[in-house]
Amino acid sequence: MKKLSPGRKRLVNNSITYGMVAAAFIILQVLRGQGMVSPSLEGQLVPICAYVVMAISLNLVVGISGELSLGHAGFMSVGAFSGVIAAMSLQNAIPSPALRLVVAMVVGALFAGVAGFIVGVPVLRLRGDYLAIVTLAFGEIIKNIINILYVGVDGSGLHFSTKNEAALALESGGKAILKGPMGVTANVKLATFTAGFILVLIAITVVLNLVNSRAGRAILALRDNRIAAESVGIGATKYKLMAFVTSAVLAGAAGALYAMNYSSVAAKKFDFNTSILVLVFVVLGGMGNIRGSIIAAALLTVLPELLRAVNDYRMLVYAVVLILVMLATNNPTIRDFFSRLGLKKAPAKKGVKQA
Amino acid sequence: MGILLGILNNLIKGISLGSIYAIIALGYTMVYGIAKMLNFAHGDVIMVGAYVCFFAMGQYKLHPIVAVLLAMAVCTVLGVIIERLAYKPLRAAPSLAVLITAIGVSYFLQNSALLLWKSDTKIFPSVVGTGSFKIGELSITHVALVTVAACVVIMLALTFFTSRTKMGKAMRACSEDKGAAMLMGIDVNRTISMTFAIGSALAAVAGVLLCSAYPTLMPTTGSLPGIKAFTAAVFGGIGSIPGAMLGGILLGIIEIFAKAYISTALSDAIVFAVLIIVLLVKPSGLLGKTIREKV
Repeated sequence: MKKLSPGRKRLVNNSITYGMVAAAFIILQVLRGQGMVSPSLEGQLVPICAYVVMAISLNLVVGISGELSLGHAGFMSVGAFSGVIAAMSLQNAIPSPALRLVVAMVVGALFAGVAGFIVGVPVLRLRGDYLAIVTLAFGEIIKNIINILYVGVDGSGLHFSTKNEAALALESGGKAILKGPMGVTANVKLATFTAGFILVLIAITVVLNLVNSRAGRAILALRDNRIAAESVGIGATKYKLMAFVTSAVLAGAAGALYAMNYSSVAAKKFDFNTSILVLVFVVLGGMGNIRGSIIAAALLTVLPELLRAVNDYRMLVYAVVLILVMLATNNPTIRDFFSRLGLKKAPAKKGVKQA
Repeated sequence: MGILLGILNNLIKGISLGSIYAIIALGYTMVYGIAKMLNFAHGDVIMVGAYVCFFAMGQYKLHPIVAVLLAMAVCTVLGVIIERLAYKPLRAAPSLAVLITAIGVSYFLQNSALLLWKSDTKIFPSVVGTGSFKIGELSITHVALVTVAACVVIMLALTFFTSRTKMGKAMRACSEDKGAAMLMGIDVNRTISMTFAIGSALAAVAGVLLCSAYPTLMPTTGSLPGIKAFTAAVFGGIGSIPGAMLGGILLGIIEIFAKAYISTALSDAIVFAVLIIVLLVKPSGLLGKTIREKV
């Protein structure tokens, strides 16, 4: 094979990623047109897009910035509920459903970005497992707060309460949007597969451009060796925060998209297990590998559906698949085999660890 | 007087809940100290232990003490098997790969429990009965007493084990420096297996005590206490045995007080907020060693 210059190689690589997503979209649209998509898969299309965006955004933190985050669902949650509240309170002001969906996603992204900043400033002072546990803690705190929050809207604007629906004191004609532990119950479904596809493209563009920019190289340098990077004048907090907030913004938009696909959604949907689920996508897809994240997120979201035949055992099979894949991809014999086939880059030499 | 009594009562409740967290946290912290991995499946081993004890007492009418011992034996074997099959092949793998495997094991245990024992909630009969001690107006349940006693005994036994016995010293050596320990003739693999065995036996005890105090048992029973105990381990400084103890008990007290005096719905949020504040002031936990970074 001819050796490509790094720039060309990146271009080819990125084109494959975009091409793959576009091809999947077109094929699915054609199949849908001919009615060949089963109802269960049809219902999964928007969640798949949302999870793909979640995986891409978490990869920015875990793979590219090198910080383990266990609370990513928290940002999804912030985006989901702020987005739904925006869409439902603007129901009369903005008649176009498509525009309202865009507004929901933008509002969701903004609020999640703010949450990302608030969480990121203290969190990024910590390292390793301590950082992981604090992101977990923030995720749980966000879930708990949304769980007691009541939001309603009437002629005079939004009302907030932490007690119950009656404490909102809505005028007649007003409606409660978020009802504490019950969550949102009367959402108007607006999300479409096309919107999800566009959001995936935006997420890929944002992350790939960030990684290949000056800031992205700084983030990578900080991941590989923080001390060396800081010694040449790269501010760790600034760049790590940049990655963290960008990731939260994308997660917020994904959350809004996800929530707008259901008529009812509650805070407990976005718990620790959801954070872990997305982390599994990232690790299985390959750390720092955007294309891998996309494939892993899409496949693993569909996998439980495909296993419907063995309904009772599907989560058990999922668990076994997860363990076996981790064992196989980290087995030296299998890795050697693949590198000999030339399918994969030779694994990094063992024992070359930074002090 | 009423207020004081209330505070004392809640303090007792908090210490008792905290003791359960402490026992679970000990399992987390020992495994982390030696294998440098977060064993997410630990919470589910607790659940398995509780189920074994439940069926031993209910269906086979065994004496509670025999049932607890049986649960400990089953969990010990389970812990060693998990370590052997899932974690041992990944000794040299990146820590995230091990973490995901542990999550896989956790899913596996939860779903096996779901298939074997169904999703309906079982009402766990307390292993020590439902009676309580009365000191004046203050009442302490037997469960609380036994829990605290068990926690103290386990703590003392573990301290003795790690500081005096050969195996315990080998464990400390491994957690300090695995390579050097191997050169000194310590069988690192056996030591790690031993750690998992002890941690899992403790998990069984914790499971029985947890379900005796809060008598609902289902396949997801272990996950939230697992996360909280993990938080407790980090709170006290992960890898440190007295740290896990202190972290667990403090976490229990904070949780009960937050529930009683601030808000039931927000008690978890308050626990985690305190954790965040502590970690920001002391980034390696209350009793954790600060490791200075060298270039």
